[in-house]
Amino acid sequence: MSNASQSSNGNGLRLKTGLAEMLKGGVIMDVMNVEQAKIAEEAGAVAVMALERVPAMIRAEGGVARMAKPSLIKEIIASVSIPVMAKARIGHFAEAQILQALGVDFIDESEVLTPADEVHHIDKHAFTTPFVCGARDLGEALRRITEGAAMIRTKGEAGTGDVVHAVQHMRQIVREMKGLTVLSDQELYVAAKEYKAPYELIRMVAKTGKLPVPNFSAGGIATPADAALMMQLGAESVFVGSGIFMKERATPLDVELNEKGEPRNREEREEAVSRAKAIVTATTHFDDPKILAEASEQVTGSMKGLAAAALEEKELLQTRGW
Amino acid sequence: MADTEQSTTPRIGVLAIQGDFAAHADALRDAGAEPVLVRKPEQLAGLDGLVLPGGESTTFLKLLERANFLDSLQQFVKTSPTFGTCAGCILLAKEVLHPAQPSLGVLDATVERNAYGRQIDSVIENAETKLGLMELVYIRAPRIVKTGPDVEILAERDGFPVLVSQGNILAATFHPELSSDRLVHRYFVDRVREHAARA
Repeated sequence: MSNASQSSNGNGLRLKTGLAEMLKGGVIMDVMNVEQAKIAEEAGAVAVMALERVPAMIRAEGGVARMAKPSLIKEIIASVSIPVMAKARIGHFAEAQILQALGVDFIDESEVLTPADEVHHIDKHAFTTPFVCGARDLGEALRRITEGAAMIRTKGEAGTGDVVHAVQHMRQIVREMKGLTVLSDQELYVAAKEYKAPYELIRMVAKTGKLPVPNFSAGGIATPADAALMMQLGAESVFVGSGIFMKERATPLDVELNEKGEPRNREEREEAVSRAKAIVTATTHFDDPKILAEASEQVTGSMKGLAAAALEEKELLQTRGW
Repeated sequence: MADTEQSTTPRIGVLAIQGDFAAHADALRDAGAEPVLVRKPEQLAGLDGLVLPGGESTTFLKLLERANFLDSLQQFVKTSPTFGTCAGCILLAKEVLHPAQPSLGVLDATVERNAYGRQIDSVIENAETKLGLMELVYIRAPRIVKTGPDVEILAERDGFPVLVSQGNILAATFHPELSSDRLVHRYFVDRVREHAARA
């Protein structure tokens, strides 16, 4: 049986969530070039997200944010042995088809890019490659799972370095899941209507108290303590975007090597390496304050950040998707 | 009395640095063992066996190296029943290719990482094995390309071993923890019980 024919049946979905299972307890790092990808792998990232611009830069520079260039994605795939993810615009199934053809291991249908469809999300069952989607609440998470998402991540507010919305979204989803577990069968039908999600999924969550796919966290995680916080709140892994390789809002740290293979800017490269390593350690040992203190101490600097409360409603990325 | 109890419900560690350790803990519980999550060297004390789960082998290695955990882990797997799946199998092998990386070197085998391609090439198959007919879940699977004379092959795919045994070591390139039949985990828990009874 070919893989393509498996994508629509139960085994296809099990393979997709199976890869998500392998990524648990780890850090998925945004990278914009080969050197960053290598640093991420060396630091112990479980996967990298190949991007042309991290959310902090998209936010600062504006314009239409699209799928990364195929040449960049291919270069990154060739340079690391860990899984490579890439983002497609919400509803842009042609971008997703291209990412699948390039051999990307996971596709993120992401609110960080400019949405291509204001009504429809991608039919993710139509793909062999697994998808991850963002959610702010349980209803949104279950609607994405209905469409075939094999992993959910809280949206948070990407590109800010402010963890407040990631916390809000994780707490909301966990609270809503807990709430379902005490409802009667009669009440679950009403819950399905209120959450605008299929009854079958609502019943599944009510029975287990958790999502039927892995639940990761993203959007504003910038320090080892942020990663530990999200893991303690119930995240099964974390996505870290601008928190590792960014210096100021739109300027990355210089991590490139010169022709002799030496760091062009030793201090900045070491800062990026220290952040990457410390966040990985903090995610594994999220419940061990002593190790968290040591990991936090190793970090030689952090992203400047942008308070999410100072953003206007129209500047928020999390409101994209429905 | 305590001894009898111990021999019926062995305490088996699951390396929980990263990966699908929770799925393994569930599988061990179903197979009659008590799973213990292991993140630090001192947590190996008193365990009857150990599972190295699926996940990213590079992540395991980096974190083990940084925590000076490799030596005590190697000591444990040399003397106690250990079961590695996928990334865990890579960690146990004597030689790792594509790319080459360090390992615990207790299984006389050469393992090639991501040998079947990327996620799009992952697959679920049913196959007859020495443990019976079972489902085999392959996810970005490695391939055992060479085994030494002391390695027993319990299952094969296209002429390459996918489940192997050598002394205390059991290793699979697939993910029995993601299948609902607990055939391989029961087999491993039995081996742990036998080892504990001999000790």
